[in-house]
Amino acid sequence: MTTVLTGIGIGGGSVAGPVARMAPPPALPAPRAVEPDRAPAEADAARRALRETADDLRRRAETADDTARDVLSAQALMVEDPALGDRVESLVLEGTDGAHAIAAAFGEFRTALEAAGGYFAERVADLDDLRDRCTARLLGLPMPGLPDPGHPHVLVAEDLAPADTALLDPAKVLALVTERGGPTSHTAILAKTLGLPAVVGCDLAAGLTDGRRVLVDGTAGTVEPDPSPEAVAEAARREERRRERAARAHGPGRTADGHPVKLLVNLGALGELPAAAAADSEGVGLFRTEFIFLDRAEAPTEEEQTAAYRKVFTAFAGRRVVVRTLDAGADKPLPFATATDEQNPALGVRGLRTAVRDPHLLETQLAAVAAAAEDSGAEVWVMAPMVSLPREAAEFAARVRAHGLPVAGSMVEVPAAALRAGELARACDFLSVGTNDLAQYTFAADRTLGSLAELLDPWQPALLELVRTAAREGTRHGRPVGVCGEAAADPELALVLTGLGVTSLSAAPGRLADVRAALADHTLRDCRRLADLALAAPDATAARAAVREALD
Amino acid sequence: MPQRTVVIGSRSGLHARPASLFVQAAARRPVKVTIARDGQAPVDARSLLSVLALGVRHGDSVVLSAEGDGAEAAIEELARLLASDLDAEELR
Repeated sequence: MTTVLTGIGIGGGSVAGPVARMAPPPALPAPRAVEPDRAPAEADAARRALRETADDLRRRAETADDTARDVLSAQALMVEDPALGDRVESLVLEGTDGAHAIAAAFGEFRTALEAAGGYFAERVADLDDLRDRCTARLLGLPMPGLPDPGHPHVLVAEDLAPADTALLDPAKVLALVTERGGPTSHTAILAKTLGLPAVVGCDLAAGLTDGRRVLVDGTAGTVEPDPSPEAVAEAARREERRRERAARAHGPGRTADGHPVKLLVNLGALGELPAAAAADSEGVGLFRTEFIFLDRAEAPTEEEQTAAYRKVFTAFAGRRVVVRTLDAGADKPLPFATATDEQNPALGVRGLRTAVRDPHLLETQLAAVAAAAEDSGAEVWVMAPMVSLPREAAEFAARVRAHGLPVAGSMVEVPAAALRAGELARACDFLSVGTNDLAQYTFAADRTLGSLAELLDPWQPALLELVRTAAREGTRHGRPVGVCGEAAADPELALVLTGLGVTSLSAAPGRLADVRAALADHTLRDCRRLADLALAAPDATAARAAVREALD
Repeated sequence: MPQRTVVIGSRSGLHARPASLFVQAAARRPVKVTIARDGQAPVDARSLLSVLALGVRHGDSVVLSAEGDGAEAAIEELARLLASDLDAEELR
């Protein structure tokens, strides 16, 4: 009898497959002294570990896509860096054992990169990863990082970092299971982009070993070890029905009785553009512009921004693109836009607030958006992040219109903005609820903390109450009110949001088909009843359960 | 000893791709080339980690030095590489 493990389901249906674990970083044994006569052999072994690690990285680079190939090739260059090898050798000849010599030599370069600051300092995570790979090889320990068992597998990890997610091969990975992380973690976002089943925050997954078969249900949030053939067959049938339903519905989103709900995609990097543009959608509901500002010491020029935005607008000619202006600060600090001396950056000068201190950055961005929008064929809307007051919304709208852009809106991420949504709506043309930040600020819960995942659950009735207020007040003034957070990607929650009065849903491209299919199966009246059930529940778990029971 | 002072042309500085291209070009040359920031100790131009640790940004100037047969040609090629915008290729 096996116990079914539970975590937070990120959706994506269900699938069965063998586990491949991401090994933890190797633990170094206690240092041992190396006698002078053994030192040359010890140094040779250390050099061989560096060389073999570099060979391995280069081999992986050969089969990787363009982005990953650049990353892997640069990492190979670091590992076989002559200065690194020389330093390892001299440490060994002074009596340090190979593993500690490798760790120490990487440590010295790590300190130097940290001292260089800025984007140089961001490479220290790479160095730590390479150090772990080299010492694991020398000590004969399992290689840390993404496993490559050579067959499709369920990837099980403590958590995934952005660097891991960039290298993950979607053709080999059937599903993702992580011990930590919440609904807005990198793992969750990646799973949604790739359309993979995923369960996060599943702490008991630590006990799963390589090769063990598991059945992952991303909708229920369960991982079943050694599933029976009947359970696997049942999951496959369910999955087949889900695919059929998703394939049947296409075109603009609407409920069974024809109430329109615009279905839009989220877009956060030019690399995502082909998949986003190919998806069956009415446009982009959230175009995050941070990608062009990250990893640099100075702001990009107007020309550079125009060129990037034009690519997006051209790809969406004939459709809508809602551009969110730069959301710097908090988890996305930028040297040219954010202060470094804030005690509490999530509550600091971030989003639209940075424009008060430095209006030039916003002005340049709006000029670039306007230039790129011209003759692109796309219907370009612009909205500001982190709006708290109607006055801020009005001032932003005036700025946007001064650039000849006709439609300006406000994000609703701060509870104050949701509570006063009517005033906010009158001050601009549309509202868009960002459920991730709205949850963080409503529950006073840091959205990056996996341990607070329950509070950040988008099913929390208190959050839904604020969404209802924003939708009701916004639509009362004739303004569209969309949702562009994680909440919109969950088909069942999408029904609830529709029932609350939301007029558009924006989600990762991989999730739209399920949302569209769910809407097509239910009337607006069904949706309102489900919304009432969710609002009447005491917490997220009860709200989800009540809606599921009504749907079954 | 042949030397040359160069102003970094890449927008992101001597980082990521520009640094990799520079280090690989240096490794292809038969002579040892060093790179230094003004007034600091020179480092091996074939060492990516040492080059990154210089923390050289767009508009900073660095000194290239080399000695022996082919020193002039090596410095010529590497200086041209550093002065050009090696990030530009990525945007196209």
